Amino acid sequence: MPILEVDNIHSYYGHIHALKGISISVKKGEIVTLIGANGAGKTTTLRTISGLMKPRHGHVRLEGEDLAPYKPHEIVYKGVAMVPEGRRIFTRLTVMENLEMGAYTRTSKPEIEQDLDRVFALFPRLKERRRQIAGTLSGGEQQMLAIGRALMARPRILLMDEPSMGLAPVLVEAIFDTIQQINKEGTTILLVEQNALMAFSIAHRGYVLQTGEIVLQDNAENLKKNPMVQKAYLGME
Amino acid sequence: MLRMWRQRVTLTDLVIWGLGILILVGVVWGSIQTLRLGKYTLAIWYDLIITGLALGGVYALIALGYTLVYGILRMINFAHSEIFMSGAFTATFAADALYQAGWWNSYPVLSLLIVLLVAATVSATIAFSVERIAYRPLRYAPRLVPLITAIGTSFFLQYTFRGLYGSGQKGYPDMDIFQGAIVFGDVRILKTQLVAIVGAVIMMVILFSIVQYTKIGKAMRSVSEDKETAALMGIDVDRIISTTFLLGGISAGVAGILFLILFPVAHFFMGFVPGLKAFTSAVLGGIGNVPGAFLGGVLLGLLESVGPSLFLDGLGIPAPYQLKDAIAFTILVFILIFRPTGILGERMAQTKL
Ligand SMILES: Nc1ncnc2c1ncn2[C@@H]1O[C@H](COP(=O)(O)OP(=O)(O)O)[C@@H](O)[C@H]1O
Ligand SMILES: [Mg+2]
Repeated sequence: MPILEVDNIHSYYGHIHALKGISISVKKGEIVTLIGANGAGKTTTLRTISGLMKPRHGHVRLEGEDLAPYKPHEIVYKGVAMVPEGRRIFTRLTVMENLEMGAYTRTSKPEIEQDLDRVFALFPRLKERRRQIAGTLSGGEQQMLAIGRALMARPRILLMDEPSMGLAPVLVEAIFDTIQQINKEGTTILLVEQNALMAFSIAHRGYVLQTGEIVLQDNAENLKKNPMVQKAYLGME
Repeated sequence: MLRMWRQRVTLTDLVIWGLGILILVGVVWGSIQTLRLGKYTLAIWYDLIITGLALGGVYALIALGYTLVYGILRMINFAHSEIFMSGAFTATFAADALYQAGWWNSYPVLSLLIVLLVAATVSATIAFSVERIAYRPLRYAPRLVPLITAIGTSFFLQYTFRGLYGSGQKGYPDMDIFQGAIVFGDVRILKTQLVAIVGAVIMMVILFSIVQYTKIGKAMRSVSEDKETAALMGIDVDRIISTTFLLGGISAGVAGILFLILFPVAHFFMGFVPGLKAFTSAVLGGIGNVPGAFLGGVLLGLLESVGPSLFLDGLGIPAPYQLKDAIAFTILVFILIFRPTGILGERMAQTKL
């Protein structure tokens, strides 16, 4: 059984039909990527999974359980964490307080300490700056914090919305390396990206989203070779 | 350069600036006159300052309720003055009962704890219910809607308590242990004032520590900054908002008792003036900012207490103490015009808890 199963969901903003029957499944241990142009519905898909929006039709299931009756904060307790689009760190809290908020659902102090060590091992910069107000961090550091904060929930599945957005190429590489490392340490990941090349380089499988519909799905290798993908998302002729 | 300046400055601006400068000159001139003529002894100044501090502490505690709610919902809870009144008014009945039973002066500490508990419980319950019933359904409505609702709620509570307890005044019994004064050299401080100051400081420290250091306080600050992302951390936003109203209610309840210790009369309309002054304090300190509420309250208390003697009297204004409320509201108007962010406030959008 997949950890996450998105089954034919339709989501709306008022009358705007943003998702027109999307189905995605993510199995334990995978990195699955969802790529698509601006406005394709990637963020809407993640918002629907995390419960910030409710689908008008279709279901989101976590290990078989329908998430429909749960509020967003309850879905976090079920094991879904998100690195939101644009980072959305708490700029007026310190780095440490942001990480503590990431661990809000957790109760075991020693486990939280363990995860804190792990996050600081992944991002030594955050450790140096743990007492700093998060709003004073650079863009790259804020992205590290957003990822670290989500990891503090020790999620069963981690949703990431364009973690490379607005970062310098060197940093993008570093962030993707880290994502791969997080996955190797056992976290299942659904990765939304516009940077298709980078996404395919670390993902196992992928889906291509166009104006609210899945137009392609395959393993990352095949997607990379697909002429339509090459033309539309990899900038090749 | 000059032309740009001329285009941006309207006649209204000039009038307001003119008024502002006039008031400032008046204040400075009045103060100089008063001090030059030596109308008051040092002991009187100390007295006025201590009166101001005691009053300011009460304003600060009420202001905290406005500031916490503003921080989390970006809304002015105009019913907060009635949340203050409800606790204080109810507590007078508990105090009366304790007095009749003979406990008031034989077990003063226990009695005080009981009336504090009654006031805090009533105020917190009303605050919690107002949010649940009146504000929560309007959470995503345009900003003006909850504001009007708050004013309506304020009237509703006033007349409900008038219906419950009557329209008359209800006395709050004096406590023997608070009679008299303590003297430090030139400074003579009434025990009631000392209680108000110490009580207000303790409550402020407790609330500040909650907001700053506890998990729930950090969650409050997260919700204040970004509700959606807070929910993505697993924070139950509705529960945090309720907690915020509870904390505001508890401090209003404690403020109610401190107020009664200073001015021992309760009635259904007693919340209006202190409420408006506390709101002024919150705005003065920077609404949404907890230390700002404290600073604003103390400053306003001082200005109101020292001001009439210091600058109004020096200007030869008869019966200057009648004008102490005018000082508070002049400050409110000018702060809103010249520095709406208050002393410690940041830009509205970045207001912090
Ligand atoms: N808050 C909103 N209100 C109305 N329409 C929206 C809103 N957010 C997104 N949309 C629309 O929904 C569609 C999908 O948007 P989104 O999921 O943000 O795309 P992506 O993340 O792939 O760039 C777009 O057409 C966008 O215009
Ligand atoms: Mg997006």
